[in-house]
Amino acid sequence: MNLRPAIRLASVAFGLATLLSAALPAGAADSADPAADAKAFQNYFTTKFPKLKLADFVNGPYSLNEDMHRQWVEKEEFPPYEFSLEMGKEMFAKPFKNGKGYADCFDNGGIGVRQNYPYFDEKEGKVITLELALNRCREANGEAPLSYMKDEMAALTAYMAFTSRGKPFDIKIPNDPRALAAFENGKQYFYTRRGQLNFSCASCHVQNPGQRMRAEILAPALGILNAMPIYRSEWGGMGTISRRFTSCNSQTRGVPLEPQSDEYRDLEYYLSYVSNGLPISGPGARP
Amino acid sequence: MASTIRVRATATGDTTEVQALIQHPMDSGFVKDAKGNLIPPHFIQQLAFECDGKTVFLADWGTAVSKDPYIKFSFKGGNKGDDLKISWVDNKGASDTTTAKIQ
Repeated sequence: MNLRPAIRLASVAFGLATLLSAALPAGAADSADPAADAKAFQNYFTTKFPKLKLADFVNGPYSLNEDMHRQWVEKEEFPPYEFSLEMGKEMFAKPFKNGKGYADCFDNGGIGVRQNYPYFDEKEGKVITLELALNRCREANGEAPLSYMKDEMAALTAYMAFTSRGKPFDIKIPNDPRALAAFENGKQYFYTRRGQLNFSCASCHVQNPGQRMRAEILAPALGILNAMPIYRSEWGGMGTISRRFTSCNSQTRGVPLEPQSDEYRDLEYYLSYVSNGLPISGPGARP
Repeated sequence: MASTIRVRATATGDTTEVQALIQHPMDSGFVKDAKGNLIPPHFIQQLAFECDGKTVFLADWGTAVSKDPYIKFSFKGGNKGDDLKISWVDNKGASDTTTAKIQ
């Protein structure tokens, strides 16, 4: 075997690797400015929809269409998430078998803290979402974790969001390169095209909010998580952020990730951060 | 378990407007579950609203009504503080009743 091509190939590969490793951190440092990203993101939407106030975005498609807005006003009088909210309140108050409760796992007894989630845990080096924190709370107290998608998890997060209504999203990115990397990773996930339809999250929720996708009016990405969890008439029930992410992925005919996988946690981190300052409006109702 | 019925009734002038939300699966009997088995029909057959012992609204429902139905109507009469009794019976014989005060 002639060694020379092999060596040449190896040196090319090595050269590429050094190039990449040299280019990446520099590139990341250039682009990673979350505060500027959030500002640009919010500006994009307020310019696209000049009539709307920033806080209006938390009501998603209901703010974009007059007809739907009237429906929404009527719906909010008797919201379909009421049953879930009540269930969440009962679940939250009911102690675990060991006598402790959800309130023991959260600041301020879990009341009015929704706007601080997800946060970056510097010990673990990862993003912690509210849904994850709830299941960890259960497991730490010897209870089985809940499904991330609906029912009980939706009820609990509905109650926690309800007690935080009106409080602006307050997501912090600590001075930790891993936190910045999580934000960037979430951003990349958001703008990457995938699935057989070759859609990114942004194709619908940045490029085309307010447009119809069949009978649905696409929601703007700005403020989309403020209303979570939601009662969707289409689902005939409640759904969590995990359900929203996985169903978006499968609707573009992609393969959804596991709920609360690192990518989804980073995505939630990114999306929540760019909606900083917008009030929590969850639980919400959507067509 | 908490009541499956939510109701709000407001009297304005000589009419009372009633809104109600009922928690019920309203299975049509034509839907299959994840394993491919038919989910048997399970739906509210009769829904009644009574004000002071008088029926003001009676509905015979079938499978075409959606899950967790919402209903809104108004009727002549009814004063603030009157009792409004709401009850439903489904095809499996289950039922629920609640009484609300007209506001």
